[in-house]
Amino acid sequence: MADMVTLTIDGHEVSVPKGTTILEAAKTIGQEVPHYCYHPGMSSPAMCRLCLVQVEGAPKPMPGCVTTVMEGQVVHTESEQAKANRQGVLEFYLVNHPLDCPICDMAGECDLQDYVHEEGRQHGRSVEPKRIFGRDDFGGDVLFYGDRCVMCTRCVRFMSEVEQDQRLTVVERGSRSVIDTFFEEGLEGTHWHGNIVDICPVGALVSKDFLHKARAWDLEHTPSVCTSCSQGCNIDLHTRDNLVQRLKPRENLDVNGWWMCDHGRHNYEWINQGDRIEAPLVRDEAGGTKALGWKDALGSLLERAGSLSGASVKAVASPFASNEDLGALAALVTALGGGETVFRSARAQEEVVLKGFPTLARRKDLAPNTHGATSIGMSRVGGDEATGGLDQVAAHDGIVIVLGDALSDLDASFGEKASLFVYVGTHTVAAAATADYVLPVTTFAEQEGSFTNLDGRVQRFWPALQAPGMARPAWLILGAMVAELAGSEPARSAADSFALLSSKVTAFGGMSYDDLGTRGAVVNATVSLSGD
Amino acid sequence: MAYPYVSDREVRVVSKHFGDPLQRRIDTYVERGGYKALAKALEVGPEDVVDIVKSSGLRGRGGAGFPTGVKWSFMPKDTNRPHYLLCNADESEPGTFKDRELIRWDPHQLIEGCLIGAHAIRAQHVYIYCRGEFFETTQVLARALEDAYAKGYVGENILGSGHTIDVTVHAGAGAYICGEETGLMNSLEGRRGLPRIKPPFPAAVGAFGMPSTINNVETLCAIPHIVTHGGEWYRQWGTEKSPGTKLFCVSGHVNKPGNYELALGFPLSELIEDVCGGVRNGNALKAVIPGGSSVPIINAEEVSRCSLDYEGCVAVGTMLGCASVIVMDETADIVKQVRRMADFYAHESCGQCTPCREGTTWTAKILRRIEDGRGTEEDLDTLMQTTQNMVGTTICVLSDSVAAPVQSSIVKFRDEYLALIRRGERVGAA
Ligand SMILES: Cc1cc2nc3c(=O)[nH]c(=O)nc-3n(C[C@H](O)[C@H](O)[C@H](O)COP(=O)(O)O)c2cc1C
Ligand code: SF4
Ligand code: SF4
Ligand code: SF4
Ligand code: FES
Repeated sequence: MADMVTLTIDGHEVSVPKGTTILEAAKTIGQEVPHYCYHPGMSSPAMCRLCLVQVEGAPKPMPGCVTTVMEGQVVHTESEQAKANRQGVLEFYLVNHPLDCPICDMAGECDLQDYVHEEGRQHGRSVEPKRIFGRDDFGGDVLFYGDRCVMCTRCVRFMSEVEQDQRLTVVERGSRSVIDTFFEEGLEGTHWHGNIVDICPVGALVSKDFLHKARAWDLEHTPSVCTSCSQGCNIDLHTRDNLVQRLKPRENLDVNGWWMCDHGRHNYEWINQGDRIEAPLVRDEAGGTKALGWKDALGSLLERAGSLSGASVKAVASPFASNEDLGALAALVTALGGGETVFRSARAQEEVVLKGFPTLARRKDLAPNTHGATSIGMSRVGGDEATGGLDQVAAHDGIVIVLGDALSDLDASFGEKASLFVYVGTHTVAAAATADYVLPVTTFAEQEGSFTNLDGRVQRFWPALQAPGMARPAWLILGAMVAELAGSEPARSAADSFALLSSKVTAFGGMSYDDLGTRGAVVNATVSLSGD
Repeated sequence: MAYPYVSDREVRVVSKHFGDPLQRRIDTYVERGGYKALAKALEVGPEDVVDIVKSSGLRGRGGAGFPTGVKWSFMPKDTNRPHYLLCNADESEPGTFKDRELIRWDPHQLIEGCLIGAHAIRAQHVYIYCRGEFFETTQVLARALEDAYAKGYVGENILGSGHTIDVTVHAGAGAYICGEETGLMNSLEGRRGLPRIKPPFPAAVGAFGMPSTINNVETLCAIPHIVTHGGEWYRQWGTEKSPGTKLFCVSGHVNKPGNYELALGFPLSELIEDVCGGVRNGNALKAVIPGGSSVPIINAEEVSRCSLDYEGCVAVGTMLGCASVIVMDETADIVKQVRRMADFYAHESCGQCTPCREGTTWTAKILRRIEDGRGTEEDLDTLMQTTQNMVGTTICVLSDSVAAPVQSSIVKFRDEYLALIRRGERVGAA
């Protein structure tokens, strides 16, 4: 290939496209050249000088982040000279750094800590008093600890190049340089500023929400997908003590790059909400409810349904449920004799586009799986507040099944007319007061599954939390009933459940969990969603 | 005329009219032969002008000494995109005061040089970037420029040649780093004065993203004379590799400090003894910094062997730089002088590069502590190593400039450091 350049990095021959930087080329052999100012999603000022590498024949060390590869070049990132350069540069970083790791939120995931620990000098030589900037509230969710700043300007460049709302700048020059906001409002009113906390390589920018909540090394990271809009940003759930502590974006260039919006980032407390339904509840003759085991509960439910042969089904689904959950619901509706399934979802007035990465936006559609629900044949009803539209269901005298919708705009009279009312959810809700069966299910954070984003991209998520009591994934319990009715084998894993879906719904045809991996894939047929 | 001091050893080409207020007037300038070189340049065309300047061997007077004609030849020959000539009048290096004088006394000489330079690189716009503190200088230049516009030497259809060249005088805001060529470009564009990474080089991507050439004031002032008289004429002075004349800004402990224009290759000791009337009060010479604060300091013995051309300075372990000769006699406190330079660089570092941002201040703090009698011998080793870590590791060479005085003074005047460290006593007072 004419556009490839072959060079040697640390003794390995590497071929990369022309124009690749040494730093990126080194990544292809798994060599991470230490760096602060470089970020693949922004311009490269080549100012931190940490990525200096030795290039044979060059008169001085070269910054790997901006030096592009040349044919036959011989690069050393680990030679004595390269290490000595790095050690020299690292020492300068500690001249003014407060080394307050014990009280710093970044400790444990800090690039300064890591680099100095790996390659720094054993003993610092500076005995001079350190410069003191103190702490500043930057507005929004961000606190600035000026003394920890390594002046990489990633935060400034994110705001000016990516969000394109220049709220930060470098004030003064030399070692008096400090990051600051222009006006009192600082970052207030911007929509993506949480990302600057992520890309700050040290603990200079911290999240007010996360401040002193947990130590980095106590957090479990689980790959997941944001549920706060139909973009489907790839994220990690950071959990501790069976609670979500924060959300962080997970890199996926096809969806969200390295970023996520502030709305999605901060919308996680609902996952931690207590008062969960912990066992299947069955209404008894006296009008009270009784907790049963799954086998008994589902057995009696199917018996009831069987006695109502000929009754049609009306189901209410939720676009927050996974493809697998929705697929199982659709299959159950069919197995019970067929009927209609609708869902309601909230829509925002405006999209909030990330200007510097315009394929990413906080979408108007505020649910993660509208596309999945529509692909499976469910239709959206009601208004943009996710209310209304259920009059027909409320009036239905056959079987009513509700999955996930909290029915918050409805009262206890809902489902009164139904011959059988099954509510499948995480919390007891007022409008399910007359439900004959209340079945506890898991949240997306407690189960494996997938969502289909607005572009038809199917993306997997993984369980991060222990489900309370007897709560189980909806695909498992609904799928068990389908299998019972059809006399077939039930799906025993989310992958099985997805395989069933893939065999039935053409949009998902030919896909499997293995193919989806952690980055997802686009469904076969695109469904047109009005107004996206 | 007695511009503060003159010497008959001088060869006054660019400084010929220093001290003569009439020279600022455009009529006088023209009467004395001014703007004739411009007419000639417009007539012969860009290629020939570049050739004349190449043949003169003129080297950039801003510090690095890069051959000017060669630099001009790097500019693209086509004019698909606008080209710019930038004149660097940010003169801020401690010890340097020649560009200010060139502009003050002979503004038209610079304007003419700029116009010829612009023609040579096919630029239709020249920006003269003046140091922010140069109020009077900038005013003199702006007035002269108005006159030149009025007389048709600048602007559209210059001297009926059909060529258009505009000149803009731009006042900086007072930052040494805006004298670094790419820092200047950013500043000119209205950004922070941060040096840019090279490549790309200015001839490809310069001011406003367009092909640009940047030259020092003194470099451009020599151009009209070279174009008028030819390259060979200019080579009658100086050495083979460092031809021509150069302004020397002499300051410090001499009887007659000031600007002296000398043929390159002039012996440094004669500059001090003869041209400048010797060291003050008959004191003994201790040290000289021959090229401005960014170059290594030399001791009296090295001074005696130093000839003032680019190669002669390198031969004694220093550099000609912008030829700002700072003379120190036996009363000078070397540690204090070096600390003051370190303070200057710490104040002026733009702060992008970590070795420079942190290193300049750290160096200054260590030196201050030594000066205050609280230093240790290990500090000297630390200084030698940490300043070495500032060399060749940054975007521009401001960082390297700190290493030069610090390292050379520790090597050559270690006694003075040790005296402070051991007894907490200073040597000298100044
Ligand atoms: C920190 C720094 C400051 C500089 N300041 C000046 C200056 O004030 N004036 C100047 O002419 N050149 C200065 N230079 C040199 C310029 O970068 C550039 O080399 C010069 O203007 C080129 O002109 P010349 O080729 O005519 O010498 C400086 C360089 C550095 C690194
Ligand atoms: S606050 Fe963080 S991201 Fe911003 S410049 Fe400082 S270290 Fe870099
Ligand atoms: S853009 Fe949407 S998916 Fe992405 S973080 Fe925001 S709310 Fe979540
Ligand atoms: S070396 Fe110093 S002055 Fe030059 S770009 Fe780097 S920080 Fe700025
Ligand atoms: S990553 Fe290359 S200089 Fe900062």
